[in-house]
Amino acid sequence: MNNFEYVRATAIPDALRAVADQAGSRFLAGGTTMVDLMKCGVEVPSALIDITRLPGLDTIEAGPASVRIGALSRMSDVADHPTIRKEFPVLSESLWRGASAQLRNMATIGGNLMQRTRCSYFREPGVYSACNKRNPGSGCAALEGVNRGHAVLGTSPSCIATNPGDFAVALVAFDAAVYVENGKPRRIPIDDFFTLPGDTPDVEHPLSPGELIVAVEIPTSPALRRSHYLKVRDRESYEFAVASAAVGLELEADGRTIRDVRVALGGIATRPWRARTVEAALVGRTFDEPTVRAASRLATEGAVDHGEDRFKIDLAPRVVARALLTVGGTS
Amino acid sequence: MSTTSSESLKSNGAFLGRRIARADGVAKVTGRADYALEHDLADIVHAVIVESIVPSGRIGKIDLAAAQTIPGVLRILTHADALPLKSCPMVPAGSVMESFLPLQDDRIRYNGQPIALVVADSFDHAIEAAGGVRVDYQAEPAVADIDDPTARPIDVPGAPSSGMGRGDAKGALAAAAVRMEATYTTPREYSCPMEPLGTIAAWGTDGDLTVWMPSQWAEGARRAFSEWFAIPMEKVRVISPFVGGGFGVKVTAHADALLAAMAAREMRRPVKLALSRPQNFTGNGLRPAIRQNLTLGASEDGKLQVIIHENTSETSVDDDYVEGGAATARVMYAVPNLSSSQKLVRVNSFTPSWKRAPGEAIGAYALESAMDELAYKLKLDPIELRLRNYASQDPESAKPWSTRRLREAYDAGARAFGWERRSPEPRSMRDGHELIGWGMAGGAFPNVHTPGEARVTIAADGSVDVASSGADIGGGTYTILAQTAADALGVPFEQVRVRLGDTSLPRAPVAGVSQIANLLTGAVDKTARAAREELLTLASSHAGSPFKAKRANDFTIKDGKIAPTDGSAEAVMISEFMRMVGRDRIEVTRNTMPADKASSESEQRDAYDSFKYMGPSSATHATYAWCAQFVEVRVDEDYGTVRVRRMVGAFDCGRLYNPKLAESQWKGGMIMGMGEALLEAIHIDRRYARITNNNLAEYVVPVNADVPDIEVISVGEPDFHASALGGKTVGEIGVVGAAAAIANAVFHATGKRVRDLPITMEKLM
Repeated sequence: MNNFEYVRATAIPDALRAVADQAGSRFLAGGTTMVDLMKCGVEVPSALIDITRLPGLDTIEAGPASVRIGALSRMSDVADHPTIRKEFPVLSESLWRGASAQLRNMATIGGNLMQRTRCSYFREPGVYSACNKRNPGSGCAALEGVNRGHAVLGTSPSCIATNPGDFAVALVAFDAAVYVENGKPRRIPIDDFFTLPGDTPDVEHPLSPGELIVAVEIPTSPALRRSHYLKVRDRESYEFAVASAAVGLELEADGRTIRDVRVALGGIATRPWRARTVEAALVGRTFDEPTVRAASRLATEGAVDHGEDRFKIDLAPRVVARALLTVGGTS
Repeated sequence: MSTTSSESLKSNGAFLGRRIARADGVAKVTGRADYALEHDLADIVHAVIVESIVPSGRIGKIDLAAAQTIPGVLRILTHADALPLKSCPMVPAGSVMESFLPLQDDRIRYNGQPIALVVADSFDHAIEAAGGVRVDYQAEPAVADIDDPTARPIDVPGAPSSGMGRGDAKGALAAAAVRMEATYTTPREYSCPMEPLGTIAAWGTDGDLTVWMPSQWAEGARRAFSEWFAIPMEKVRVISPFVGGGFGVKVTAHADALLAAMAAREMRRPVKLALSRPQNFTGNGLRPAIRQNLTLGASEDGKLQVIIHENTSETSVDDDYVEGGAATARVMYAVPNLSSSQKLVRVNSFTPSWKRAPGEAIGAYALESAMDELAYKLKLDPIELRLRNYASQDPESAKPWSTRRLREAYDAGARAFGWERRSPEPRSMRDGHELIGWGMAGGAFPNVHTPGEARVTIAADGSVDVASSGADIGGGTYTILAQTAADALGVPFEQVRVRLGDTSLPRAPVAGVSQIANLLTGAVDKTARAAREELLTLASSHAGSPFKAKRANDFTIKDGKIAPTDGSAEAVMISEFMRMVGRDRIEVTRNTMPADKASSESEQRDAYDSFKYMGPSSATHATYAWCAQFVEVRVDEDYGTVRVRRMVGAFDCGRLYNPKLAESQWKGGMIMGMGEALLEAIHIDRRYARITNNNLAEYVVPVNADVPDIEVISVGEPDFHASALGGKTVGEIGVVGAAAAIANAVFHATGKRVRDLPITMEKLM
């Protein structure tokens, strides 16, 4: 780990200025991603601007129209929030199924959105020179490497790194927005927040240097109230998803016809992946297992595998179907 | 839930055999047990290893300019200026210890090999500078793993290519009515001790070396330093009172220990070298990837006629490490014809080494999977097949078993598990989306023995000090030695203090092959009895003694009080008695060397710092620990994920010195077996012959949420052919058979026979 400066910010404008003033500086919140990436040499900041003391950024407001979560809220606080647990299960479930209890007690919601891929080739800069995400134009060592954990959706010849998030999958399914500060507030729809790698896998979001996430907001909906996060992985806990699904369901008054359905996938794509084709295939249809299974197969339409990750093209639709069947009460 | 029948064994003493909580437990959970790297020394500096990022070739130019500009950097050692070292042929070549010595030449043998050492005033400066060392490589082609297209199986150097065996395997197979042949593959595995490797080394002005390192064998490490640096054994002290998990990783000293000592000598200051977790994956020997081909031949009624075991396993460029796996097949069943053969594949890796139950864990996986396959072929219950082939004596040596309560283990395990309710058809049991599978397997672990040495001191206050350089790697050595001494002397358990893991104490061999509990209880018992004898000699003969009795065996010592057995006088506290006879201590040192060798210092050295004296614990009997394991798995029909829901293990480990600790060992072993069956595999990128999952996020082991209720049952009886106090091996048998039981349960659940561990979801989807 290299030498760096440490600055503790006490007000948002100070924090923004501190980052703007020094090239190569980074915000530090819970540190569970940043310090980890510094230890493996991916992040080499010149300064860390500690934002954990900024006031007012850790509030959680679960209102009738929306849930607004301050960026410094801890994962564990949101997961355990009584209203969120009871009313909006996918938000709680996607958080407590992530990381470990110790990490959730430290990690913040803003930082959670900024977590970076677990791609082994990305994480060992001293060993693998080819990584377009770290070093644009250098190539991608994962394409022909050990890639069971890699993405089959949203990839490009430049990068197949999986976005590791769980909570972000729920945000994508339910049309959340990210609020950022850069002197004046800016609202970024969640679909615009996570970018595809394309030719520029080093760019993962539209934030400019010095912009600070202050909150995420999730509009409430009947589907959010009948929602679920299903995470499939090799072991029962403390592991990134092999495939996951955040889903929500709203039925018509007849109790059978699908009015609204939300589906997003994790663990298999370069960004949290909204499966709108699955949703479109289900809206207006009668909710039953064959219909759900058939529509879920669309989740990985157009997927491209790289060998070891091929099974995920079959796995992910099953995860979607099972998640939907769970919220639909037929499983 | 645990049940143990051994608690009622007649041979149990006041403390041995009781469920006593571990003596070191409170210190460990409150942070007061100092592990090696927690030791504080004035003037200490920090070393960080620079590793090769290519697997094969030569080191070209090393550019240190940038690294040397980092503040605090004191020295960077490379092969160009490192101290020349002598090799340490302490154990059979490559069997547990790599022959590789770091920084001695420009040759690169594996990806991750140490090629430079940075010493700085702080860990952070050292690690920053290590990142700044620039190396030019002249890379050469490498063999990445056992499946590499360029990998070539070779005969084990020095071993007959035809292998070993009994009877006429070929003829018996040709004549067999039923045949079963399958290949079982297991990946490279790392045992992931929670405490990583690392060393603090300090040289004194008189040329003596003190080393703090986690070690399963302080005497062995001491010998390694002595040989590497060509200094007398007496000049080396290795201190390792606590070991945060060994599993084979810490059997011998590795490059981290050597480099710390080398740097400390160069710097004339104490050096601390802590390996990062990724460095731990290449800082010691892993279990190699192994391919076992098994052929069984049986009669129509399920009598085994022949077992043919063909093994191919990885080894390194320099050494011939053999992880065979046929040992279990040789003793498990009454099969008259058997052959086993062994090939090696040289790969560019660290020399493989022991991971808990080396040989037995993977051998039992293959054998007990094959037996399950044969049982299905014969339409026999898997237990019934095993009973039809029950070996009533050692089929290999024709010696009687010392004890073999395997039948009792099958029976007790099956009853506790509810095996009779199993519907044998695959895919015949389910619960919603989950396919339910029940599987079982057996296992064996040999009982070896090496002599040991101990010192027992009775102090003036009546307290007792027990000292040995032997290790407590978490199994409970501290506790059972206190129990042993308390029983032998007749003092309360709490009055005994045990000191371990320090070469300044009486010598002990390796805490490996599950031998340390049996051999050290034997040594401590013998020594404590000698101390008792000395105490009672004073009681019967010393002028200050208050007792009239004239023979030592006329006395009883109980609860720390000496009394004549006939009740002719009041009992006297040992402390009071020591005052009466004017003694401030009674100190006795004894060893358990064979009588004709006990007086030879060189023979004693061989016993404690080599494997020369390690051998079967009985000349007349075959001594093994036995187990039967039963598992219920749930397999999700959509995802192929396997979750273990129940485990029952029934064990014949002889007498249990402390059932609570023994049960922990069994359960820990079973959980490790679960990791091997379902989760663990080193991933190697063949282009770089490099481990890509060199961290505990991507090298996946079971976590608490994966571990179900585990029931363990002791069916053992005291076995005095196995050890002085009647115990058999405990530490590793829990692993043996666990993976096969799980794999067999997966077949029962799904109808799919996965012969390639770990059984991950894509293999079942």
